[in-house]
Amino acid sequence: MMKRFAARITFRSSAWVALLALATLAGCKQNAPPVPGLKATAAGTAIVESSGGHQVGVTGTALSDPLVVQVNDDQGTAVPGALVEFHGPAGVSFDPAAMITDSSGQATTSVTLGSIAGRYQLSAVTPGKSRPVTLDIVATALGYQQRLGSILADKHCNRCHDPESSPQRVSNYDNLEVKPHPFTEGNTLNKMSDADLTSIILHGGPALNRSALMPSYGNTLSAADVRALIAYTRAVADPPYQPAGTVYARK
Amino acid sequence: MQFMKKFLSSAWQALFGDPVRAFGVVSLGLLLALAIAPAKEHFSQWHGYQRRYLTLIRDRGDAVSLRRRFVPGIHQIWLPDLGVVDRCTTCHLGLNEASLSDVSQQPFRKHPAIPHTLDGFGCVICHGGQGAATTVAEAHHSERAGEEPILPPRYIESGCGQCHQNALPGTPQLNLGRTMLTRYGCVHCHAITLPDGSKVVATDHPPSLAHIADKTTREWIYSWLKDPQAFAASTTMPNYKLSDADASDISAYLVSASTPQAGDAAAAGVQSVAHADPSAGPSLYGESFCSSCHAVQNAAGNLVGGDVGPELTRIGNKVRPQWLTAWLENPRIYDATTPMPHYRFTAQQIVTLAGYLQGKSDSDYGASVHLDTADGRQIAHGRKLIVELGCAACHEINGVQKPENFAPELSTIGSKPLAQIVFLPGMEHTMSSYIVAKIREPRAFGASVKMPQFALTASQTDALTTALLALTNRSRTMPDKLRVAAIPETNYQPAGHAGKLIDELACFSCHRFNGRGGDMAPDLSWEGSAVERQWLTDFLHNPNTLRPSLIRRMPRFNLSESDNKELTDYILTVYQSPSIDPELAPTAANSPEIVEHGRQLFYSKYACQACHIIDTKTDKGYIGPTLTQVGSRLTAAWVYAWLRNPQALRPGTTEPNQNLSDDDARALTAFLMSLKGPAGRGAKQ
Repeated sequence: MMKRFAARITFRSSAWVALLALATLAGCKQNAPPVPGLKATAAGTAIVESSGGHQVGVTGTALSDPLVVQVNDDQGTAVPGALVEFHGPAGVSFDPAAMITDSSGQATTSVTLGSIAGRYQLSAVTPGKSRPVTLDIVATALGYQQRLGSILADKHCNRCHDPESSPQRVSNYDNLEVKPHPFTEGNTLNKMSDADLTSIILHGGPALNRSALMPSYGNTLSAADVRALIAYTRAVADPPYQPAGTVYARK
Repeated sequence: MQFMKKFLSSAWQALFGDPVRAFGVVSLGLLLALAIAPAKEHFSQWHGYQRRYLTLIRDRGDAVSLRRRFVPGIHQIWLPDLGVVDRCTTCHLGLNEASLSDVSQQPFRKHPAIPHTLDGFGCVICHGGQGAATTVAEAHHSERAGEEPILPPRYIESGCGQCHQNALPGTPQLNLGRTMLTRYGCVHCHAITLPDGSKVVATDHPPSLAHIADKTTREWIYSWLKDPQAFAASTTMPNYKLSDADASDISAYLVSASTPQAGDAAAAGVQSVAHADPSAGPSLYGESFCSSCHAVQNAAGNLVGGDVGPELTRIGNKVRPQWLTAWLENPRIYDATTPMPHYRFTAQQIVTLAGYLQGKSDSDYGASVHLDTADGRQIAHGRKLIVELGCAACHEINGVQKPENFAPELSTIGSKPLAQIVFLPGMEHTMSSYIVAKIREPRAFGASVKMPQFALTASQTDALTTALLALTNRSRTMPDKLRVAAIPETNYQPAGHAGKLIDELACFSCHRFNGRGGDMAPDLSWEGSAVERQWLTDFLHNPNTLRPSLIRRMPRFNLSESDNKELTDYILTVYQSPSIDPELAPTAANSPEIVEHGRQLFYSKYACQACHIIDTKTDKGYIGPTLTQVGSRLTAAWVYAWLRNPQALRPGTTEPNQNLSDDDARALTAFLMSLKGPAGRGAKQ
């Protein structure tokens, strides 16, 4: 009986060893070609963004425009047939996550952002000739409050604050003698405290010794609306807004 | 066996042979048994998370205050009114900690800012999942009967929709989904009763097919049925994926059942006009602002224009010339409830516009369609198909009754138990993925599924799914005080001859009066208090745009003198605001000093020129209406009341309420009323 028991144990350990070996092999295999079924026929030396960078979306949803990157060679001409992989932090998904560049050297993917609001650092990687080349792309996901802010900004602010015109909304930016700051202008807005921004929204430009062309919104917007607007400007600021955070003395 | 027996008896002897030793062993056993419960708690999943939380906050600057607010053990939010028993905060410990917003490690992150408190509503109301569970797997992913895995964040707005039946500014996806439920005609087949007992009513206008043969040919109907989007990319008509024979039979029945409509033969006056000037067509189309409601595909393939009426890209392929002229002359003869205005075009204009529209055609469209005359059997088969597919749920069809409750009711679709759903192989077992799959490709669930294929984008499908997921059992059982009702459209109907004119001109298609009508143009409920008679008369005769930045404009109707007067009188008498007292307003006799003071306020203190133009040479702002002749357009009483509080007169207007003092408002009114337009422009310099 003991013998049988021993035999069983040895069988088990050998099985474990075999399993381990298989798992390692499988792991190695997974590492070798990143995506099965994709065969790169060419390799570039540079990767550039064609469109779809710096988009602002909503948490958990797909960005409205696809992300398009282009693989180039030394001369800057597009390389068709090169492998491009898209990477992002946990929660971000790409459809497709890896692909071969088309005849114009471009790879297009649709990006779905994660469920946490904030800035997402995405990257597109192509193996390159000697070493992998990486392109960093930034996308911003708005949470409930920030998106409410973006909706309010569209209604009350962007007609003047956004210099971009579209057929649906012609910008008034160029008509103003004193130019307003676009909300993405982090260099200026990041220096202003939340209290200052609240003050200028509630009481208008003169409250901070600025132009009266900025009217007062204190009787039009609620306190929650103003908080949402500030949260939105903070979310889309470029360079990114770094809050001072709560600082406590330790011990 | 012998060996075992020997071993056991010696073990027994060793443990219990001596009474003292036996007592010790039993005590030890009891002690171990008592330790099971604390050990189980110690090694439980949530306890592990609480220990990790304490490690996380230990090194932070505000560790002391975080530690003070930390309560060990299982936490629970119990809200009997809502049926909420949520223990999520046992592990999600940082939800209310403002200083943890930089933590990306779940489950300790701060909850993003929302208008509700955690203690007031709990978690599962919005997020789904099993609130009472204390393990990760059971709380988030359980798929047992009656349980629902956590809701993907992209549909989170459905949580808001359980209480908020009104359109919230912060839930665009839910609002879009709800609009689509009515606009895409979902509720023609699927009944939806809201928690307050009201029914969701469709807002689309599926045309009656009772006189379809007057309007178009059988070949066009056939091509349309085969692929509606091939004719008009923006149409809400779904694709029924009909076979050639079925489409042919249905078209045969529709044509054979159609009765001629008196008046569809073109009017005599129109026929007498020999030829239309081809170049006048596009300009008449533009002047009449057809594009405010109708879209046309441009060369780049983009749709340009509104979506109130059908797309006109290939309209020449569809309509019969006689029908088109009759329709342009008076659309209400063919369709009494159409949103299209009765333009009162002249015979010359009708011929010009009809010729222009006939030219909007695609010679390739339907070129290969040749249908043989249908026999009785085929026509009968066509009728059978129409009944089976429920065409009459949307369209009026001669000889076919409108079916009641044609498709399953969706009033509580968001809470349908997963056990009752047949999922496709490989599909995620959640309600949201089921609804998305069903909308995206209904026929994938079986060839016998009658639901047609809609042409929707991914974001439209998500919006529709969000609106459907909001229809839960909880939305019906929750206390009434939590419910925020939608403001239903009134059935306001203006009276008399003017009321008939307002109907004929389809003012309601764009304007809102007393809680009924569209939102393309301003709300006119209080227009009578706002405008001067002469301006209104002139505007109805020949509308000009008030805002340089607007694309859509009021069309020009060929109103007769008497109709114009009738309408002006009615608007000025009936649409009066009770809050505006004409006596209270500053009178026209304003001293030049006050006018000058008003000008200074306008240009310096309030900087109104940012949005309004007064002097076309220097001012450029074009968000608000141009004010060059505001003194002859608006009444002083309205201007004064508007300056004091614009939102009180038109909720949601973009003009900010600047909280003007009475003196400032009076001075500004005096200044604005001095701007009488071209004749009075001298007043400025």
